[in-house]
Amino acid sequence: MFSNILIYFVVIPLIMLGGLALCRNIKQIRAVAVVGALALTALSVWLLLDYMQLRAAGNTAPMLYTDSWSWFGPLNINLAVGVDGISVAMLILSSIILLTGSFASWKINPLPKEFFLWLVLLSTGVFGFFISIDLFTMFMFYEVALIPMYLLIGVWGSGNKNYSAMKLTLMLMGGSAFLMLGLIGIYYHSAPEGQPLTWNLLEIVNNASIDKGWQYFLFPMTFVGFGVLGAMFPFHTWSPDGHASAPTAVSMLHAGVLMKLGGYGCFRVAIYLMPEAAQDLAWIFLILTGISVVYGAFSACVQTDLKYINAYSSVSHCGLVLFAILMLNTTAMTGAIMQMLSHGLMTALFFALIGMIYGRTHTRDIRLMGGLMKIMPFLAVCYVIAGMASLGLPGLSGFVAEMTIFVGSFEHADMFHRVFTIVACCSIVITAVYILRVVGKLLFGPVQDEHHLSLTDAEWWERTSTVTLIISVAAIGCFPNFFADLIKFTFSPSIFAVIGMN
Amino acid sequence: MDYSQFLVMKQEIGLLAVFLIVFLYDTFMPKRSLGALGTVSSVLFALFVAYGFCPSVFDSPVETAFSGMYATSAVIANIKTILNIGALIVMIQAMRWADQDLVRIRRGEFYELLLTTLFGMYLMISARHFLLFIIGLETASLPLAAMVAFDKHRYESREAAVKYVLTAVFSSAIFLMGLSFVYGLTGSLYFGKIATALMMGDGINALLVVALAFVISGIGFKLSLVPFHLWTADVYQGAPTPVTSYLSVISKGAAAFAFLVVLWQVFGCVYTFAWEWMLYALIILTITIGNLFAIRQRNMKRFLAFSSISQAGYIMLGVIAFNGMGMAALMYYILVYIFSNLAAFGVIGAIENNSGKVNMEDYNGLYKTNPRLAFTMMLAMFSLAGIPPFAGFFSKFFIFTSAINQGSVAIYVLVLIALINTIVSLYYYLLVVKAMFISDEESTVATFRSACSERFALWICVGGILLLGVVSCIYNHLLEISF
Repeated sequence: MFSNILIYFVVIPLIMLGGLALCRNIKQIRAVAVVGALALTALSVWLLLDYMQLRAAGNTAPMLYTDSWSWFGPLNINLAVGVDGISVAMLILSSIILLTGSFASWKINPLPKEFFLWLVLLSTGVFGFFISIDLFTMFMFYEVALIPMYLLIGVWGSGNKNYSAMKLTLMLMGGSAFLMLGLIGIYYHSAPEGQPLTWNLLEIVNNASIDKGWQYFLFPMTFVGFGVLGAMFPFHTWSPDGHASAPTAVSMLHAGVLMKLGGYGCFRVAIYLMPEAAQDLAWIFLILTGISVVYGAFSACVQTDLKYINAYSSVSHCGLVLFAILMLNTTAMTGAIMQMLSHGLMTALFFALIGMIYGRTHTRDIRLMGGLMKIMPFLAVCYVIAGMASLGLPGLSGFVAEMTIFVGSFEHADMFHRVFTIVACCSIVITAVYILRVVGKLLFGPVQDEHHLSLTDAEWWERTSTVTLIISVAAIGCFPNFFADLIKFTFSPSIFAVIGMN
Repeated sequence: MDYSQFLVMKQEIGLLAVFLIVFLYDTFMPKRSLGALGTVSSVLFALFVAYGFCPSVFDSPVETAFSGMYATSAVIANIKTILNIGALIVMIQAMRWADQDLVRIRRGEFYELLLTTLFGMYLMISARHFLLFIIGLETASLPLAAMVAFDKHRYESREAAVKYVLTAVFSSAIFLMGLSFVYGLTGSLYFGKIATALMMGDGINALLVVALAFVISGIGFKLSLVPFHLWTADVYQGAPTPVTSYLSVISKGAAAFAFLVVLWQVFGCVYTFAWEWMLYALIILTITIGNLFAIRQRNMKRFLAFSSISQAGYIMLGVIAFNGMGMAALMYYILVYIFSNLAAFGVIGAIENNSGKVNMEDYNGLYKTNPRLAFTMMLAMFSLAGIPPFAGFFSKFFIFTSAINQGSVAIYVLVLIALINTIVSLYYYLLVVKAMFISDEESTVATFRSACSERFALWICVGGILLLGVVSCIYNHLLEISF
């Protein structure tokens, strides 16, 4: 079992949990968190290189490093693992954000030990989700990742935290209720009459035995189930409240990684397993996600709380991920994956910076702050970079991702897709409005509060956190081809064989 | 008569032996050694639980005795062992309570009554003739009424006992009424003979539906399915906490399994005609109403009463599934439910014994003063709500999977309703977690060290919650032996 590299993505967090439980003081806690996160990052980078090498050597299997260990034998539930380019990208993203999140919560108070315990439990769920190819284990890890949010927001959050924590948890669990029904339904249609049923994604794809009538029922179940986490309109309302109330590292992890679980799941389960229904029903969800994209951006324009602005911007950007996935063609989907990476890193950077600013000024209201560029130049510059990435400046990640998405979307020649592509394109302009408004007011405007003049700039752990994220954002922006190659192999053999498109 | 037939009843004999030893110890030992009574009974009973894992019991072959009135098989032996495990935890949890001044003098009776009701449940589960079934049912219910009244110095306890005894008798009467119809329609009270008669098409008419309505409502009272649940909250609140926990898990678990046996074995061939739709409606009502009422409860015992009502609804999903997976899932659900619910009651009992507080507000900030108890309670709540990686997630998942295996569209709708209800239940379970971890009012429960017995029982429960799901062989075994 332990000869498979993927299993360590779950084993390391489990060891971290054990280590944290034994910790006696804050120094040990930090050490465990950072060492563990570094190990995970190193592991994921090594996985990336090894994966690329295997692909370059001509391995065209849909998933690599596949392995399966029987768990609930009679129901054919296995611990099945395997990764393709998308999962590898997501694993890297998660480990980077866990690492930077640990740095960003250097001074977390009170109960640092419990905080990190929950944070690591959450990441266990995230990593487990991305390496699983068995629907049961996938779903289990998915829920493991959701529940710690309640306590993380409830105990360490700010503002209206009780309400936000409860709303977030219940809405996400509501999504997973639909999801559970969808997954069980898929299981009972996973194999033709007379053959053993299976939870294994690859086997279900090969069997292709879910008939169209059932697909029409199961596709919306799973898509909505994951879509709730992907902040699809009208199920996005947990996101602004949740993100605004969460502590820094949790906002980072949640917006950066957890919302990607939604997009990833929509792609990996809903579309991958039920391509026919996806083609027929995509228009409904295109409308919904189109609304997410524009509505999220407009909402961000009128907010005054930094976290709310960023949370609504996340709704918009994550909406774009689902939007692109539903275009059902290679270019748009490549864009979707890049957008996931890009948004994950960028929004984590945003939330980290907001947390750092809030930690100094004790307010997140942009009307009460100004001129931060003079007071804390390092943080302010980082904020500008994050903003530029968000509004799609070439050279940073946002540009590459959005460009690819819209090019892909425009491949559809019919009126409906064209109109919605153009509508979604408008979001870029609106994004520029709210980003520049904040940058202008917050960083370059006059100093609003005398007390702010005595504030200090970033500490070393904060610099580590932000610089790591900025480097990653720039890396995607400068070497998009590398990531496009990583993702490319994912599509060619597997999904297009099923969908039968370009 | 061939007396060797008694040897088929291995577990009943074992239980009687434990009972007799406890009884003799209680009666004839000098007074100063009675302090060890709880320990002695628990150790004896633990040995008996271990006996349930001997191959001759664990893999017990299908056998009948007394011209087919009594039956045993691996499934039956295993469900009895599952109930035993729960009863053992209750016995350990009860030690501290039984040592109180006002209870001490009668504590022997507590253990004896508990073993007696368990014996009645055994008979209920093993019965293959309705006469024996009724005897089992009554043996299980009446001593329970005495147990509910055990804190007779408290008004609520007496009130609860009256309510319990009246509903128990009333439900038995309804059940018997239904049986008389069944007897009139089919001419027998043997499970097998009734099933054969129904298979031949005898007595399949409107009266059978009426008869089944009576039978189902009779057992529905025991299971506290809505609309037969009205006694539950008051009795749970008034009864001593160990008795409440016994009522909510063991009594419920035994009744659920017996219900399954009756419906499947006796009325299996009239599944769609007579009882599928009845149970369907009952499940929806039970889960929904149980959940909605639980939201508003402030007293922890009433809260768990309504939570246990909705849990009974989930358990019934295994019955309506009407396939081997359903039976396995039902047994597994009961097993997991025993551990989760007893963990919750263990914490409630420990806090009640130390500070006399049972309201949810009293739990505010519990994590600061008693982190371990709060943590245990949180695990119990997560497990009851069905959050992975705790056992409750697996039991819920399997019971839904088994129900959907039945295949009809109506079942998908039912499961969807049940799933949406899990969100409601998550809300109120999280309210407890919120009180303990998030609400930061001045804690009303001071830091205390719980008794050794309480801690031991809670450790068992925590172990169960953490391991029962992840260790897959338990469910796999149950699925293997289910029919």
